[in-house]
Amino acid sequence: MSEVGDDKIRIVKIHNGTVIDHIKAGMALEVLKILRITGEDGHVVSLAMNISSSKIEKKDIVKVEHRFLKDEEVARIALVAPGATINLIKDNKLIKKIQIELPDTLTDIMKCPNQRCVTNKEREPIHSKYQVISHKPIQLKCLYCWTLVEEGHIISAFTS
Amino acid sequence: MGELRNLISIHDLDREQIDEILDVAAKMESVSVKRSKDLESKIMAVLFFEPSTRTRLSFESAMLRLGGSILGFAEAGTSSAGGKGETLADTIRTVERYADIIVMRHPLDGSARVAAEFSSIPIINAGSGSEEHPTQALLDLYSIKKLKGKIDGLTISLCGDLKYGRTVHSLGMGLSHYDVKIKLAAPQQLRMKPAIIDEMKKAGVEVVQVDDVKEAIQDVDVIYMTRIQKERFPDVREYDKVKGRFRIGTEQVELLRDDAIVLHPLPRVDELSSNIDHLPQAKYFDQVYNGVILRMAVLKMILG
Repeated sequence: MSEVGDDKIRIVKIHNGTVIDHIKAGMALEVLKILRITGEDGHVVSLAMNISSSKIEKKDIVKVEHRFLKDEEVARIALVAPGATINLIKDNKLIKKIQIELPDTLTDIMKCPNQRCVTNKEREPIHSKYQVISHKPIQLKCLYCWTLVEEGHIISAFTS
Repeated sequence: MGELRNLISIHDLDREQIDEILDVAAKMESVSVKRSKDLESKIMAVLFFEPSTRTRLSFESAMLRLGGSILGFAEAGTSSAGGKGETLADTIRTVERYADIIVMRHPLDGSARVAAEFSSIPIINAGSGSEEHPTQALLDLYSIKKLKGKIDGLTISLCGDLKYGRTVHSLGMGLSHYDVKIKLAAPQQLRMKPAIIDEMKKAGVEVVQVDDVKEAIQDVDVIYMTRIQKERFPDVREYDKVKGRFRIGTEQVELLRDDAIVLHPLPRVDELSSNIDHLPQAKYFDQVYNGVILRMAVLKMILG
């Protein structure tokens, strides 16, 4: 972990589970929503927001015990918290570190917001596909109807 | 230019490809009159999930002039594809076994891309959703080039429904490849989407927004009128207020330059008075014929 100074003691180490580090400051609650962690699911969760970081000016950290991420969850986190790192911890050891990077295209991450898009047609054997047009702020383009999807819409689509 | 396989969007074409299509179209002028048997062994399937007069008939006329055969449906309601809820993917995988090329119009955005994804034969998009109508844009560019002798250096006004009209979106994108100035004239509710204006500006086109047709038609080379649909206005009084400002009749004609041309994708309602049809600037019925020529060129390039 890269917490520095006094911040280091704000958030405890975990023995088993996932640490999502370097989340853009203020986005930790969105990350929890993406993971459908509500507090009622019984997971032990530690969270710190707006703490100092050696890599980025301010960051959030989320630690979830006994929970590992699916690929689509990683892709969604990449959209709301690009640049985050995911550390998988087992028996006190860091077994995998994933530096989240946005791929050029994303498949099936959400419905196209354009109701007239063919990907929203029932039973059609196709998946929504998006090209990443801009990283900061994130902007996606539907590869079927070419609708542009802005960051705010993406976050609300994942978290509502 | 590489082989033309499908024609889905004007966005897929660069300047060189557009110029080549317009050049082939010029060669089709004489073929259209004499007729040919170039595509004698080919079958074109015409799948129209939405009504159309000009686009469908001009594609059919183009194929017949090249000696080819046609089959298809013009009303989706009477086919399994529309009436029985068949998926577009299944319709395409069926029709590809009957024909050598598919010309399709469909109400949903992106439908032509899905058709191309599932088809083993070429797809021509004859209008999909509210965004794309590439052969209309190409025939408009061809009409401008044929009637004005060039496209570069012209000032072109796009008037009417610039928000929902798919022809103006595709034409705007097509014109972005040329050194042109564009005037946009639309009611507040029907202005062109900022994303499309940005794209035109990024391509180096000078874009100016004006308030009504009077401003739009002065001192320009080409006036491209489109129909304003009453149903786009929640309040019919709003429609009544704006429709007069987006109409060319005899009283506006004196503002037109002698060498200007007036185009319209048709059908028209009130926006072009039939009183101006006899004027030398009124070129919209010539434009209709150019639709046959241009579509002959596209069919020849894909199938020939």
